[in-house]
Amino acid sequence: MMARPRLSPARLLLLGALLLFALFFLAPLYVMLSASLKSMDEIRNSSLLALPTSPSLQAWATAWSAACTGTDCGGLKPFFLNSLLMVLPAVGISTALGALNGYVLSKWRFRGSELLFALMLFGVFMPMQVVLLPMSQVLGWLGLASSVWGLILVHVLAGIPSTTLFFRNYYAGLPDELIKAATLDGASFWQIFRRIVLPLSAPILVVTLIWQFTNIWNDFLYGVVFSGADSKPITVGLNNLANTSSSVKEYNVDMAAAMIAGLPTLLVYALAGKYFVRGLTAGAVKG
Amino acid sequence: MPSRARTLWLPKLVIAPSFALSLLFIYGLMAWNGVLSLSASRMLPNYEFVGLAQYEALFESERWWVALRNLGIFGGLFVGGGMALGLLLAILLDQKIRLEGLLRTIYLYPMALSFIVTGTAWKWMLNPGLGLEHLVQEWGFADFSFGWLVDPDMAIYCVVIAGIWQSAGFVMALFLAGLRGIDDSIIKAAQVDGASLPRIYWRIIIPSLRPVFFSTLMVVSHLAIKSFDLVMALTAGGPGYATDLPATYMYTMAFSRGQIGLGAASATIMLATVAAIVVPYLYSELRGARR
Amino acid sequence: MTHPRASGHRPFAAVAPLLTALSLSLAAQLATAGEVEVLHWWTSGGEAKAAQALKASLQAKGHGWKDFAVAGGGGDSAMTVLKSRVVSGNAPAAAQIKGPSIQDWAREGVLASIDEVARADKWDELLPKVVSAQMKYRGSYVAVPVNVHRVNWLWINADVFKRAGLKPPLSWDDFFSAADALRKLGITPLAHGGQNWQDLTLFEAVVLGVGGADFYAKALVQLDQSSLTSDTMERALATFKRLKPYTDKNAPGRDWNLATAMVIKGEAAMQIMGDWAKGEFVAAGKQPGKDFLCVAAPGSAKSFSYNIDSFAMFKLKNEANSRAQKDLAAAIMAPEFQELFNLNKGSIPVRMGMKMDRFDDCAKTSAQDFASSAKAGSLLPSIAHGMAVPSASEGAIKDAISQYWNSDRLSARDAMKKLAAAARSK
Repeated sequence: MMARPRLSPARLLLLGALLLFALFFLAPLYVMLSASLKSMDEIRNSSLLALPTSPSLQAWATAWSAACTGTDCGGLKPFFLNSLLMVLPAVGISTALGALNGYVLSKWRFRGSELLFALMLFGVFMPMQVVLLPMSQVLGWLGLASSVWGLILVHVLAGIPSTTLFFRNYYAGLPDELIKAATLDGASFWQIFRRIVLPLSAPILVVTLIWQFTNIWNDFLYGVVFSGADSKPITVGLNNLANTSSSVKEYNVDMAAAMIAGLPTLLVYALAGKYFVRGLTAGAVKG
Repeated sequence: MPSRARTLWLPKLVIAPSFALSLLFIYGLMAWNGVLSLSASRMLPNYEFVGLAQYEALFESERWWVALRNLGIFGGLFVGGGMALGLLLAILLDQKIRLEGLLRTIYLYPMALSFIVTGTAWKWMLNPGLGLEHLVQEWGFADFSFGWLVDPDMAIYCVVIAGIWQSAGFVMALFLAGLRGIDDSIIKAAQVDGASLPRIYWRIIIPSLRPVFFSTLMVVSHLAIKSFDLVMALTAGGPGYATDLPATYMYTMAFSRGQIGLGAASATIMLATVAAIVVPYLYSELRGARR
Repeated sequence: MTHPRASGHRPFAAVAPLLTALSLSLAAQLATAGEVEVLHWWTSGGEAKAAQALKASLQAKGHGWKDFAVAGGGGDSAMTVLKSRVVSGNAPAAAQIKGPSIQDWAREGVLASIDEVARADKWDELLPKVVSAQMKYRGSYVAVPVNVHRVNWLWINADVFKRAGLKPPLSWDDFFSAADALRKLGITPLAHGGQNWQDLTLFEAVVLGVGGADFYAKALVQLDQSSLTSDTMERALATFKRLKPYTDKNAPGRDWNLATAMVIKGEAAMQIMGDWAKGEFVAAGKQPGKDFLCVAAPGSAKSFSYNIDSFAMFKLKNEANSRAQKDLAAAIMAPEFQELFNLNKGSIPVRMGMKMDRFDDCAKTSAQDFASSAKAGSLLPSIAHGMAVPSASEGAIKDAISQYWNSDRLSARDAMKKLAAAARSK
C-alpha cells in the first residue's frame, strides 16, 4: 500500500482539482436547493447563485401536499406512494431473475449460452420509445393495460438484460472449484445456489438493487404510458406540476417538487454509495 | 465443469422463461418496429406495405441529417469526455484522500437524478441572461460571453456538458473499482525499480484496466444512445432543431407528428448504427475473454 | 339480531317503503351514474381551475371524474399516452384533441358520435360554421369545443409607448418605425421566445398582415403550392426575418410567459402572442387599456386567427359511462360553464350570443371580432396551434420556419423553397 503522502505542491494541486470538480458537480443541486427555499419575488429579482435571504420551507410544503397536478391539488404525496408500490416489486423481481440467469450463465454453461447472453446484451441498446405502442397492444391483450402490474412487467422485461449482465460477470469471478466441490459432495443445482452462491452475492446485490432502483424510480416514459389512473408514479406527478403550459410558474415549488422526487435515489446513493463501489470492485466490471 | 446429463436440463429450464420473454420482448419489438418502418403508418399503426418509402423520406429530411450529425458529435464527445473525466477522477481519488467518501458521493450523485429533475436548473445555468454568463458579468468580466445554449451551432455542446456531468461520476466509480482491483505487488515492484507515479499509471495501471474499459464503454454508449430526457429537458431539440438527436427525432415523428412509419424507420437506422459499432466489439471481447 | 321492540315497530313500518323507494332510486342513479376519464394537460393556475369547474359540474350530475392529466409540450406527452391507450383498447372517455387531429382520430374509427346532445342543445345554431365543421366527421359531431383563443394579438406596454410617444402600429411598416424608435431608447421592441411554435406564431401573424386573410387561407390552410411560392410569400418571409434584430439575443429557448414578463416589466415593448398572454398581465395586477394595450397584430385587424380547445369523445363499451360522456359534452357547451371556464382561462366562450359583461375589454373586443369575422369569412384557424393542417405538415413547416429564423445563411427565397417542400409532408 502506498504511504499517505505529505502536503506537497503536487498534493495541493490534486486537492484543488478535486475541489473544482466538486463545485462543477454540485452546482445544479445548489441552484435547485436555493431556489426551493426562496420566495418567487426573490427568484425573479435576484441572481441565480445568490443565497436565499430568508429561507423558508413553504415551497416544499406546497409541493408535497397542495400543488396542483391536474384537477387534483394534493401535491406529490399520492404519487410518492404509487412509485414505491411499483418500484419495489419491479426491482425485486428483475434482480431475482438476473441472479438466477447470471448463476446459470456463469456456472452451468451449455452450448449456445454465450450466444444467448450476447443476444440479450444487445437488447440493452434498444431505444425506449420503440417499446411503447407494441407493448401497449400486448398489455391490452393480456388485460394488464393501464395498471400497475402492466408497468411492473414492462420494467422487469426491460431490466433483465442489465441485471443478468451484472450477476453473470460477478459470478464468473467466483472460482469454479467451489461449485465442483459442492457437486462432488452431492449438492443439487438449487442447493448450490442457496448455500454457496447467494451468500457470496452481497456486493453485486447492492450494485444491482441500486442501479435498478435508480432507473425505475426515475423513469418517466413508461410510467406515463403504462400506468393506470391510480398508479401514476412520482415522475408523472412532477411533470404535471412543473411542466405546465401556461400561467404563472412557481419556480420555487417546481424545484422543491423536483427535489422531493429525487430524494429517494439521492439518499440511496449517499448512504449506499460506498457499497456500490465495493460491489463494483468485487466484480461487476470484469469482462 | 459438472456435466451430468441428469441435471443439465434444470439450468436451462430455470433461465428459459425469463430469457424467452426478454428475447421476445427485445427482438419481437425490433421486428415489429421493422415492419412498421415498411408500412404507411401515420397516426396509429396500419400495415399497408410501402416498401422503402419511409426510408427515402427519412434521408430526404434535413432534420434527420442534423440529428445524425449531432449523434456523432454528442456520442463521440459524451463517451470520450465522460470516460476521460471519469478515469481522471478515479485516478485522483485513488490517491488516498481523506475526504474520499464525501468526494465520491459528490461525483456520483448526479447519476441518481433524472433530467426531468435537473433539467430546469441546467436551463437556467446555461441561459446567457440568467445563468453563468450573467453571473460572471456581474462579477466584473463584462466581456465574458457564454451563449452556447442559444446558438444553433454550439447548443449541442451544452448537451454534452450536461451529459458528462451526469455520467462521469458513474464512470469514475467503475474505474475506481477497477483500480482497486489491481494487484499491488506489480505496483510495488515498479516502485522498487524507481519508476515515477505518472509512469506507473501510464505503463502498468491503465493498460490493466482493459476489461473495465470494455464494460464502461458499453454502459456509457448505452447512455449516449438513450439520451432522450437530457435533450428534451435542456433544449427540447432547439434552437430550431439544432440539438435534435435520433432518439428525440423518432419520438417527435412517431408521437407528435403522426408519422409512425417515419419514426420507425429512424429507429431501425438507430439500431443498425448501434449494431454496427457494438456487435464487432462485443464479439472480439467475448471471444477474447473465453481464453 | 334481536327482535325490534313493539314500540319501535310501527315507525319502522312507516319508514320502510320510503327507504325502499329511496334505495331503489339511489340504485337507479348509481346504475346510470357513470365515470368519465378525461385526458388533458391543464395542470395549474387558471387552466386547472377551469378543469375543476368541469369536474364539479359533472359530479353534480352524479357522475364520477377520473382525472388523467399529462402536462408538457402543449400536449405532446398527452398524445403519446393517448395513442398507447387507444392501441391497448383502453381509450379514455374524452381527450383534449383539437383541429384536424379530430378528423384523423375519427378516421381511425375510435370516436363516438354525440349528435344526440348536439341536436338537443342546438349546437349548429350556437357555433360558427367554421368551428362546427371541425367538430364533425362526416356530418356527425364527435367533439365539443370549449373556448376560443385569438392568436393574432399584439400586446403593448402602455407606459413604454406613452414615453416614446408612439401609437399602436396598424401595419407592418408602422411597426418597424415604432420599433426603430424604441430601439433608440434602449428598449427591446419585440419580446420573443425562441421556441419553434412561437416562431411559427410570429410568422403566421406576419403572413396575415402582409398577405391578408384570403392569402393566409390559401397558403397556410389549404397549403396551395402556388401561394406558398408566390412573391407575397417571399415578402412575408423577408418581413418575418426583418423582425429578428428587434428581438433580444437571449430569446432562443425562452418560454412564452417569460417573454410576456419582459413586456410587463417594461424591458420590452411588444409581444405577438395569443390571448393567454393576458393572463400573465392580469396576474401581475395590470389592467387592460391602462397598463397594457391589446390590439390586433399589425395589418390583421379584420382577421381573427383562432385556437380552439376541444374534447373529442371516444367510443366506450360501458353504457353508464356513455351516458356520463354525453352529459360531459352537454356540460361543456352549457352557458354557465362557458362563462366560468373562459373567465378563468382568459379566452372567450365559443358559444355565440353569450353576455360578455363579466369579461374584460380585451375579451369583449375579441368576442365582437369573433362574430364579425365569422360573418365576413376572415375567421381563420391558427396553423401554429394545430388548427389548420395535419400535424405532419404543421411540424415540418414549424421546422422550416424555425430554421429560417435561427439561421443566418438562408435567404427568403431558400426559406420559401423549404416551406413549400415542408407543406408537402405527410
